[in-house]
Amino acid sequence: MSENSINHFEQCIKCTVCTAYCPVLGVNPAFPGPKQAGPDGERLRLKDKFYYDPSLKYCLNCKRCEVSCPSGVKIADIIQSARRRFNDDTPDLRDRVLANTDFMGKMARPFAPLVNKVVSLRPVKKVMDVMMDIEQERTFPKYRSKGFDAIFRSDFAPYQNRFPRHVAFFRGCSTEFQHPETGIAFVRLMNAVGIGVRLLDEKCCGVALMANGLWHHAEKNARHNVKVFSEAVAGGLPVVAVSSTCAFTMRDEYPGVLEVDNASVRESITLAEKFLFEQVDSGRVKLVFRKDYASRIAYHIPCHMEKLGWSIFTKELLQMAPSISLKVLDSNCCGMAGTYGFKKENYPYSQAIGRPLFEQIKSLSPDVVCCECETCKWQIEASTGYTVLNPVVILAEALDIEATCAANGGFVKA
Amino acid sequence: MRFDTVLIGGGLSSLVCGILLQREGKKCLMISAGQNALHFSSGAFGLLGCMPDGTPVDAPFEAFSALAPSHPYRKIGRTLCESYADAAVPFFASCGIPLQGFGRRNGFRLTASGSFKRAWLAFQDVPFFSSDDALDGKRALIVTLDGFLDFYPEMLSDGLRRRGVESRCVSVHLSCLDALRGGPGEMRSVGIARILNRETNWKQFGREVRALLDGEDLVIVPEVFGLEDRIVNEWIAEMIPAQVLYVGTMPPSVSGIRVQRLLKNAFIQAGGTFLMGDTACDPEWAPDGTVRCIHTANLGAPGIEADSFVYAGGHLFGRGIESHPDGFSDPVFGLDVVCDADRASWVERGFFQAQPYMGYGIGTDERFRGLKDGRTVENLYVAGAQLAGCNSLQEGSGAGVAVMSAMHIAADILKRTENVGE
Ligand SMILES: Cc1cc2nc3c(=O)[nH]c(=O)nc-3n(C[C@H](O)[C@H](O)[C@H](O)COP(=O)(O)OP(=O)(O)OC[C@H]3O[C@@H](n4cnc5c(N)ncnc54)[C@H](O)[C@@H]3O)c2cc1C
Ligand code: SF4
Ligand code: SF4
Repeated sequence: MSENSINHFEQCIKCTVCTAYCPVLGVNPAFPGPKQAGPDGERLRLKDKFYYDPSLKYCLNCKRCEVSCPSGVKIADIIQSARRRFNDDTPDLRDRVLANTDFMGKMARPFAPLVNKVVSLRPVKKVMDVMMDIEQERTFPKYRSKGFDAIFRSDFAPYQNRFPRHVAFFRGCSTEFQHPETGIAFVRLMNAVGIGVRLLDEKCCGVALMANGLWHHAEKNARHNVKVFSEAVAGGLPVVAVSSTCAFTMRDEYPGVLEVDNASVRESITLAEKFLFEQVDSGRVKLVFRKDYASRIAYHIPCHMEKLGWSIFTKELLQMAPSISLKVLDSNCCGMAGTYGFKKENYPYSQAIGRPLFEQIKSLSPDVVCCECETCKWQIEASTGYTVLNPVVILAEALDIEATCAANGGFVKA
Repeated sequence: MRFDTVLIGGGLSSLVCGILLQREGKKCLMISAGQNALHFSSGAFGLLGCMPDGTPVDAPFEAFSALAPSHPYRKIGRTLCESYADAAVPFFASCGIPLQGFGRRNGFRLTASGSFKRAWLAFQDVPFFSSDDALDGKRALIVTLDGFLDFYPEMLSDGLRRRGVESRCVSVHLSCLDALRGGPGEMRSVGIARILNRETNWKQFGREVRALLDGEDLVIVPEVFGLEDRIVNEWIAEMIPAQVLYVGTMPPSVSGIRVQRLLKNAFIQAGGTFLMGDTACDPEWAPDGTVRCIHTANLGAPGIEADSFVYAGGHLFGRGIESHPDGFSDPVFGLDVVCDADRASWVERGFFQAQPYMGYGIGTDERFRGLKDGRTVENLYVAGAQLAGCNSLQEGSGAGVAVMSAMHIAADILKRTENVGE
């Protein structure tokens, strides 16, 4: 077992700071909180597995406790790793359905219009609620009949060879199945600044599998991805994702929770905003923005983005656009945490956690909300009615594509 | 990436300095590895509660001249310290933090053990008086909450009795706290405060206390209100026909967390960039011995350049200095740490005695620029609890040193860029 999961808890000086920042503790008294579930509990669990408390499942794995801890304790890693090591319950059908984002996506695709229709019908939602404990108040993100991969192959792949350098694009399940537009925006951005895009033979990053207790499957995906990334990195390609949770999981949860060694590729796994900012900052790339694009944007920093510490890149990039006015929202969890909020037993907590964020958005009434995480997007859209876009989509829209191509020797097919 | 000033640390000192600079149009980045000492605040800022030899101080500024020349206040000088002190109250008010104080004299804060402690300024909801006999002869009702273990009414009552304040201790049972009480988690101040923040809940508390009141002049309650907004404390006070005093509990400090959030928001509102949960490391040095850029654990390869750097990493607790078997060191820049070479003199035997190691810190020149191997690093300032020359725990000077050094450094940075501009 890694050092992370075993002895790390001893760094805790019992200062209680983390308990002040756990969003679940504020709304669900059945959760023991980061200090007790994490370092305090670990001490006991190591003595006897009897001390494992199933209420650890209420942890969102949002990492806010870790971000606040003055002693650098990896509290949430300790909690997740305890779930992995001690929880014997086999996941039920509901958890399997929610966990297998890629499998479900592939199964649903040929029937996309039908599936979307069916899961949005009241009676079906009621049945899912009663039979599977999937909250009926939830709106399901729509599956698309043509996934990103297919769009890329037909529309973009043919001319990617003409670029002098390339990135490997980790598209993630939501780009593939629900939001191909994010992937398209990414390719247009890269191509405009003269960089070609290659797809990876990727598997789901595994975040939903981990959240739902399918540890073995998650670990298999992690090993597969690390292997695929190694090949890309060996060919000189950075691995660029558009979802902050995918990037965070593959960089930090692979070694920290799944104990899959990613040291050889970790530094090459990045996020579109970080990658692009560094290109601009080093003078390799120039962005030219449209004069007629004005937008008041409220930026929600997803928890895992907060943990990555990379929101500064998104903020700096968006502020380069002269007519974007950006307001960074207060640091709050949206309450969705991947598949957490889909579960009936979590739904009320999920909404209560997100309330301060929803209220702030409503009071600002921005043109659009921006964030790097798709499950935050679903939660905020459903709870506020505001449109939420990935920064990549906003940038692609705000950019004067023609002028940017001209400045960087780029090319984008109309 | 380039900023005018990069501040390392997210505590009181860094925040004050960052807000002042950012409001003057400097582009600032603040890097904070974790939360800070404000989370343990008593609710009051100390300037100089007693001299290093333990003599109590009532007029702190007058006492400065008796401090060692290496003390941060002596480096700033009394006159400037007084002008910073005058500026402090309006400054905090502009961040949404009204403070109580008694001008150039120390006030007295009522502690959880019923004693009075000298302090400079106090948050609005803290019992703070111009003398330690303010409560003499009064009768108090001390109220706690069923199941709450971080507040000790009997101890408070004993302490008050010694001052001639008679009191009665009661505990109220609030149904809104049942789930927390029965749950697997701990019942801590902040957890309770989050629940009591809701109107129906604090009103229930106010009603229960009103019903229990039996002619007492004072009602003393643990500080488990006002996490979001201290207005709640005022509303409760309005419900109860007696003087209501909120007394600090065991950590975390509800008012300290609120103040930390307000300062952080003020910095961000002014346009500053705040990196929470990230650690500054691996500085790169220019040939002339100044800091060229710094890295952080999260941001990776590209260095962050700046004209000036402010290092406010706290004391041992904040990890701004580290101890090893053979000495103390600065983990980031390797600046000189002023400490006793002989290990035996690091600690005093008695637990309650002034501990020499608490007075160790980073050595600086008169302008608080750090010393490395005895030479001044021209663009690297050191602020707050990290500074050598004072034992703030012993003197009760923590916040004073944090605020004064931050203001002095901000003024120095602004002056310096003005000169360059000329
Ligand atoms: C338990 C306790 C209670 C106290 N109570 C009071 C009180 O009631 N009244 C009073 O006047 N004083 C009190 N003090 C004194 C206190 O130290 C000062 O008042 C003041 O808050 C110090 O602020 P600071 O900004 O210098 O340091 P801190 O508040 O300690 O902040 C240091 C910050 O720097 C960060 N940091 C360190 N290294 C790095 C790095 N490499 N990269 C990024 N970030 C880094 C830390 O994570 C931390 O956030 C108390 C101190 C302690 C420890
Ligand atoms: S914040 Fe860190 S050190 Fe403090 S109690 Fe929590 S885990 Fe322990
Ligand atoms: S990861 Fe989030 S939900 Fe889990 S204990 Fe930490 S703060 Fe609470």
